[in-house]
Amino acid sequence: MATILEMRRITKEFPGVKALDDVSLKVEEGEIHALVGENGAGKSTLMKVLSGVYPHGSYTGDIVYDGAVQQFGSIRDSEDRGIIIIHQELALIPLLSVAENIFLGNERSRGGVIDWRETERRAADLLARVGLKENPKTPVADLGLGKQQLVEIAKALSKDVRLLILDEPTSSLNEQDSEQLLQLMMEFRKQGVTSILISHKLNEISRVADTITVIRDGAAVSRLDCRDGISEDDIIRDMVGRSLDDRYPPRVDHGTGVRAMEVANWTVHHPIDSDRTVVKDVSFHVNKGEVLGIAGLMGAGRTELAMSLFGRSYGANISGTARINGQVADLSNVRAAINAGLAYATEDRKTYGLVLDQTIRRNVPLANLKAVANGVVVNTKREAEVADTYRDRLNIKSSSIEQETINLSGGNQQKVVLSKWLFADPDILILDEPCRGIDVGAKFEIYTVIRELAAQGKAVIVISSEMPELLGITDRLYVMNEGRFVGEMPTSEATQEKIMARIIKAGESII
Amino acid sequence: MSEITETSAGAKAGQQAGASWRFLKNHLREYGILFALIAIMAFFQIATGGILLKPINLTNLVLQNSYIVIMAIGMLLVIVAGHIDLSVGSVLGFIGALAAVMIVNWGMPYLLAGALCLVAGALIGAAQGFWIAYFRIPSFIVTLAGMLVFKGLTLWLLAGQSVGPFPPQFQLISSGFVPDFLNMAGFNLFSFLIAFAVAAGLSWMAIRNRAAQARTGTPEEPFAFFIFKTLLIFGGITYLGFLMAGFRGLPNVFIVMALLIAVYSFVTNRTTTGRRLYAIGGNEKAAMLSGINSKRLTFLTFANMGMLAALAGLVFAARLNTATPKAGAAFELDVIAAVFIGGASMAGGVGTVVGAVIGAFIMGVMNNGMSILGIGIDYQQVIKGLVLLAAVIFDVMNKKKG
Repeated sequence: MATILEMRRITKEFPGVKALDDVSLKVEEGEIHALVGENGAGKSTLMKVLSGVYPHGSYTGDIVYDGAVQQFGSIRDSEDRGIIIIHQELALIPLLSVAENIFLGNERSRGGVIDWRETERRAADLLARVGLKENPKTPVADLGLGKQQLVEIAKALSKDVRLLILDEPTSSLNEQDSEQLLQLMMEFRKQGVTSILISHKLNEISRVADTITVIRDGAAVSRLDCRDGISEDDIIRDMVGRSLDDRYPPRVDHGTGVRAMEVANWTVHHPIDSDRTVVKDVSFHVNKGEVLGIAGLMGAGRTELAMSLFGRSYGANISGTARINGQVADLSNVRAAINAGLAYATEDRKTYGLVLDQTIRRNVPLANLKAVANGVVVNTKREAEVADTYRDRLNIKSSSIEQETINLSGGNQQKVVLSKWLFADPDILILDEPCRGIDVGAKFEIYTVIRELAAQGKAVIVISSEMPELLGITDRLYVMNEGRFVGEMPTSEATQEKIMARIIKAGESII
Repeated sequence: MSEITETSAGAKAGQQAGASWRFLKNHLREYGILFALIAIMAFFQIATGGILLKPINLTNLVLQNSYIVIMAIGMLLVIVAGHIDLSVGSVLGFIGALAAVMIVNWGMPYLLAGALCLVAGALIGAAQGFWIAYFRIPSFIVTLAGMLVFKGLTLWLLAGQSVGPFPPQFQLISSGFVPDFLNMAGFNLFSFLIAFAVAAGLSWMAIRNRAAQARTGTPEEPFAFFIFKTLLIFGGITYLGFLMAGFRGLPNVFIVMALLIAVYSFVTNRTTTGRRLYAIGGNEKAAMLSGINSKRLTFLTFANMGMLAALAGLVFAARLNTATPKAGAAFELDVIAAVFIGGASMAGGVGTVVGAVIGAFIMGVMNNGMSILGIGIDYQQVIKGLVLLAAVIFDVMNKKKG
């Protein structure tokens, strides 16, 4: 079999971070090649290098495609050579028809005038190839997600695809649609189209993939040939196999056994598509002095759970009860949730955490303005003292508290968000991906703060997709998958393999 | 102050001047607008051969722009919150008409009618704010609708006619002057003392503020720059007060404006409400997740805008001494322009009350100066448009650099 693609020794650096470190990838013509790894391992970055999103010159190493070294300057260049990438978030325009979407940017036209008959005829052909029985004139918005995915693939086919890259294509699909998609991929393999499949669902991968490349921490750690017979355990071991060193502060058990918060039968529906249940009948508790972790993959519903608890900031038709210190808590809006002793530090600090144009001084007291004011008049001196105190305590690296938060590094921005919530003095603090995209040093400082809070008797809930992080700082873990809690274990008994196994087993029981 | 220790005074002064210059370069956005106003005034003072700052013209300048300034204060809050209000001109006209109907046609006491008009304005603002805040209808659309609605209602209320004149006491809002209790011939000493007291008060507050900064950390502005700025503001206000005292004294509406500027500056800078307003304008999602009730605040911001537009409507009607169906046409554009010239950002979260007021006076001085010079209304529009564009380009470029 001929090699269609070889990526040789690709290294890609972002300021301060090496996203890819000397990664090589070899794909044979006509195979289905699976790319697996944890969130943030570098899979998407590698595909962005391949497709020209990161143009030639912004990385080191060579892309050999079709027997020649390629220098893609943009997505357009790679598409011209038949490399098509379909992203997790679909790039369709909802109000345009299926046919219009398929030929968007590639219109069937004569002298600038669109040939509608040709457009619809060819669109119908392509839809037949992907097995989608829909009128090409139907607006994309009227189709379900699974069908939209097929429209994306039809669009790829319209460009004479030779190498099709699917980034977690089934993550938002139901069982039936997933199955149809996998069948289609195997059909393409017969027709000689090569595919790269990025997925977390190992059962799917072991079914369709011919070869698997495992990426971990920006490096390709293994290449497995499925024709040799591979078990899911082998894949999991390669995915997570890294040791925990002293990247975490020592854990001292401050657990009191006294329940700080208890949530029962919490169910949340999607805010727009209210038939979709995002959080399904979740019950859990967190104790005073405990650091509780919630593990799971992206899209498992963890953020949605946290935000729906925090003043119903997410979701519709929320049902279930939440007790704080034994009393049923009023969490009907954010103010009430804060007053009840809850705080939520977001995973997306730029969109939901900070007023970026404003200074550290203005951001820190924002959730507890009353504490720096006499009546309605802000005491600017106290405000400055508060900001200074937290700047020192969390070691926020900045010229002064008058620095605008937009000019801070990610880690220091995160510390400002944390300061804001520490100043609000909650009993239960939910931290959503507290260390995403920040450097190791800042991570350690944030872990230390988390342990200190537990020592003070606060309950801390950490949501993280990085399993080593959860294993390093929590006392107890829940595993969440597809909106449900599918496992609970003390961290002392947990391993990454165990957590992964819970997620995958849960996935299988549904499929 | 304690900085002046070892180095010789001359070298120190040189250093200070250098530091001041660097500081100014880094903070052009905040101070540029003030210096722009001074430069424009200086230009027209020379170009008009000294007419601009003649006491009678200066007084006129204040009267002509009072209603724009009053509305610019409300508009600043609206724009900081991330919205826009296109209806203010029509609301101004409508309230003027309402006042005329109540006072002239029905013979209602002018104080009662004035109070009712302010309430009506607040209700109009609240009605628009309701849709914007609680139903998330874009403010551009809601207030565009409001603009058409109240333009029409003004016509209906006045039946297409002008209604007037108002009783003399009502006219005093805009044509009256602070009486001189000190009886000095040819010079309104009392007015001058008010201006002097305001100037002294502002300087004292600036000094106290700086002293507080010095205690908690290093003051931001270099010492020489601080002295220069404070003296400039002190001297400027005292001088303008002196000029106006030589004519008939301070207009009543000037006192109203000064009070509004003081109150709203305080609200935006020093109260929790102000903090929350800038936070929702800067990042509404983050503000909501910090427990700020952005809907209520947006609603109140529009109610406040309506009330200020009503106040401006009363001032304008009193000044013309009649309510006409065309009153307020296109005023919203001058008001919005003033706020943007004053450094507010279209995206929200940025802007100051004082900036908006200075922006309004930049427009006012240009109108006035160009009229004195006999420049046609055609060129005036072109020049004003270009100044607005230049001010915002300057702001955006400055932000990119910074």
